[in-house]
Amino acid sequence: MKQLVEIIQNHFPINDIDLRKKSLAFISIHQNQAIPLLEWLKTTHGYTAFVLLTAVDWIEENRFQLTYLISNPENFTELGVRVFIDREKAEMVSAHHLWKSIWVYQRELKEMFGINFPDSPRVNESFILEGWDTIPPYRRDFDTKQYSEETYFPRPGRSTNDPAKHMKSKLYPKD
Amino acid sequence: MKKDFDKDALSDMYKDKFLAPENEIRFVNAPDGSIIEVNPLDDYFCQERPKELKPRKGVVEKFLNWARAESLWVLGFGTGCGSIEIPPLSTPRFDMYRFGVQMRATPRQSNVFIISGYLSVKTLKRAIRSYEQMPSPKYIIALGSCTINGGMYWDSYNTINRLDHYLPVDVYIAGCMPRPEALLAGFGKLKELIKEGKAEKANEYIQNLDWYKANQKKIIKDWNMPDYNW
Repeated sequence: MKQLVEIIQNHFPINDIDLRKKSLAFISIHQNQAIPLLEWLKTTHGYTAFVLLTAVDWIEENRFQLTYLISNPENFTELGVRVFIDREKAEMVSAHHLWKSIWVYQRELKEMFGINFPDSPRVNESFILEGWDTIPPYRRDFDTKQYSEETYFPRPGRSTNDPAKHMKSKLYPKD
Repeated sequence: MKKDFDKDALSDMYKDKFLAPENEIRFVNAPDGSIIEVNPLDDYFCQERPKELKPRKGVVEKFLNWARAESLWVLGFGTGCGSIEIPPLSTPRFDMYRFGVQMRATPRQSNVFIISGYLSVKTLKRAIRSYEQMPSPKYIIALGSCTINGGMYWDSYNTINRLDHYLPVDVYIAGCMPRPEALLAGFGKLKELIKEGKAEKANEYIQNLDWYKANQKKIIKDWNMPDYNW
């Protein structure tokens, strides 16, 4: 992986390198360079298999992290390409021309995080949440407990115990 | 030949932005050359309110209830993780057939609906359609704690908490997950209720239809189907 990352460094400006093990590394790159990098890795370095595309909401830094995980079936290595995009203007170039299956992930990210991928097929159709009308639920400023209590008729009388405190009071009642 | 028509001229009901494409008004060319307007919501679905199935009197009702209790046909619709507890019932170890319980593939053939575990809003919509298509008398068994108070998904953004606000429940089976034995016990309880004439929740659903529909429409925001699915 170290060799590959060095080769990439000669061609693309990489911000951050995270070598996890012999067969896994993560690199982060600017938004505009990501899709050309993926295409280059696919055509010249055998990273032909797309594994997944996922997002993380870094609300404190006001940005989303997208991770494209791609795999090389010949030497069994995996490379994660991280892209950081602005949270206010959450938009990323679609990569469905490289791997067909990626449009499903993009449609899901549009629904769950509100990250737009213009020109991705069927990206505006609802996926799991039919008729969702508030902020996307995987954004961290969405309060899922409050939403559930307001929407789904909670049954009264529900109580929760902190396991540590509960067991302590049961096992050592005198303390 | 497709005739253009002014969508704004249609009533508010048909301007619904969520209306499914197959339910939109369309124009069809008949063999004799005339153009026929097809309005699926009126033509394919009954817009009448459903009617109660009132119990008969005395021995007749007792006999009917005995017959209903001994022949429970279950709709094969697994909604959540609890549906994995249903297949073992048809194996020799548990053998639900000895109790007159059997699985059926479509709503029109069955009269027991097992809500097996959590229901997401998307699944609830399909569950309502399936339930309303079942012929009366019909019964609902709610399996697992998710149907009672939400279970471990009580604070989820997409799963309902109380099933009895959306569909009428005859028997609850508590547990997470209940084993197949518990499910058999639930069938036993349902049989008892039917024989005593107490499994009348399907009629209660029709009596309180407006309340149920209001609850359903509160969470199913893209209601793109007829109000009552015959």
